Amino acid sequence: MTSPFVLSQSDGRPMYLQIIEQIRLRITVGDWQPGFKLPSIRELAVATRVSVITVKRAYQELEKDGVIITRQGKGSYVAEIDGLDLKLRREELDQHLQEAIAVARGLGIDQEELLARLKALLADEPE
Amino acid sequence: MMSTAAIELNNVNKSYRYFALSDISLQLEPGHIMGFIGPNGAGKSTTIRLIMGLVHADSGDIRVLGHAMPVEQVAAKWGIGFASEDMNLYKAATLEWHMGFMQSIYADWDKDYARQLVDRFDLRPEQRMKGMSHGQKVKSGLLLALARRPRLLVLDEPTTGLDPVARTEVLNELMEVLVDEDRSVLFSSHNTNDVEQISDKITFIDRGRIIEAQDKESFLDRWRRVRFETSAGFVLPELPGMTEHRLDGSLGTLTTGNFGTEVREKLQAAGATILAVDNMTLEEIFVAEVMSSRGTASSSDSTGESR
Repeated sequence: MTSPFVLSQSDGRPMYLQIIEQIRLRITVGDWQPGFKLPSIRELAVATRVSVITVKRAYQELEKDGVIITRQGKGSYVAEIDGLDLKLRREELDQHLQEAIAVARGLGIDQEELLARLKALLADEPE
Repeated sequence: MMSTAAIELNNVNKSYRYFALSDISLQLEPGHIMGFIGPNGAGKSTTIRLIMGLVHADSGDIRVLGHAMPVEQVAAKWGIGFASEDMNLYKAATLEWHMGFMQSIYADWDKDYARQLVDRFDLRPEQRMKGMSHGQKVKSGLLLALARRPRLLVLDEPTTGLDPVARTEVLNELMEVLVDEDRSVLFSSHNTNDVEQISDKITFIDRGRIIEAQDKESFLDRWRRVRFETSAGFVLPELPGMTEHRLDGSLGTLTTGNFGTEVREKLQAAGATILAVDNMTLEEIFVAEVMSSRGTASSSDSTGESR
């Protein structure tokens, strides 16, 4: 198998989340189009040097999220949904924004202030 | 055909004068890697010797590749590749000689694969065993076990004492075994990093008892370190799976092996605000498990220790 994913033990996030992220990324950038056949769980495990059970878990989560579809005895495929890449792009962004919301809440920053901060940061951003 | 377990131990006991293995049960399914973790002297090697039929159990059942051990060990051993640090290789003979010897016994010996391993493990076939460094001996032993392409690999501390490059090469070869879904690996280690990356199942052993055996994902999922903020007069409630906790001013930390909504809700009900929920490494989990297992053992049996 070519192009194994780059996974890091010092990343801090569980391996299965890193695998999910790498697969989502390939779909988002269009390398893996809808209908693309994913490597088998065992193939990906061997190629990435990560246990079979970890890759299995990543596939199960992706299936639950509707990103991939597994056909019994045939393998897993990227779901054939119109605009899947846009959907994944949005979900990726939402995830980060939700983290920011949680942090703001923990610091006692209200919605208005959070929006103001976001606008201020956007305004500071160089072109 | 129903697939038989690669390794199955049921309630195995073995007593020595100063050490006992108590009620050991474990199961390894085909196509999986099991990491067997324990501190020094926990009973890892003794368990492995029982599995290999090198030691007889006082009681309990041991089946390896469907064969009862040690009675059917001759039949079982055709399918097992075994390597341990104290393996008897002929000191005066070269690695080349050992490879030829294995080839003459085992029909499945893969000559090309053996050559590849010589390169990957950076070994020299013409070198005699007695002139080899510790790492070269370990790698030679692994090569001799791997190149037979056995259905089951039983490896006692295969990465101990190897440099990082050699360790990576060895782990790579172990993963390569799994291309074939009928083959399995059991390896013991006290290096939790190695085990965390490639194992499907993890078994913790301490003081002759198995303290936990689970699939790796469940292990990593259940354990969390929770950081929280408290208000005046906060009293920490009883929480499921809590092994450790610390309160420092208005900040608190706790470790639990059973994280879930119950922990969240009880903490919030007690007036704490959860600041962060952190994942733990297998090493941290291992230490927490051993500490809590030892803690329980000494409080329920405080007289046993002092005798």
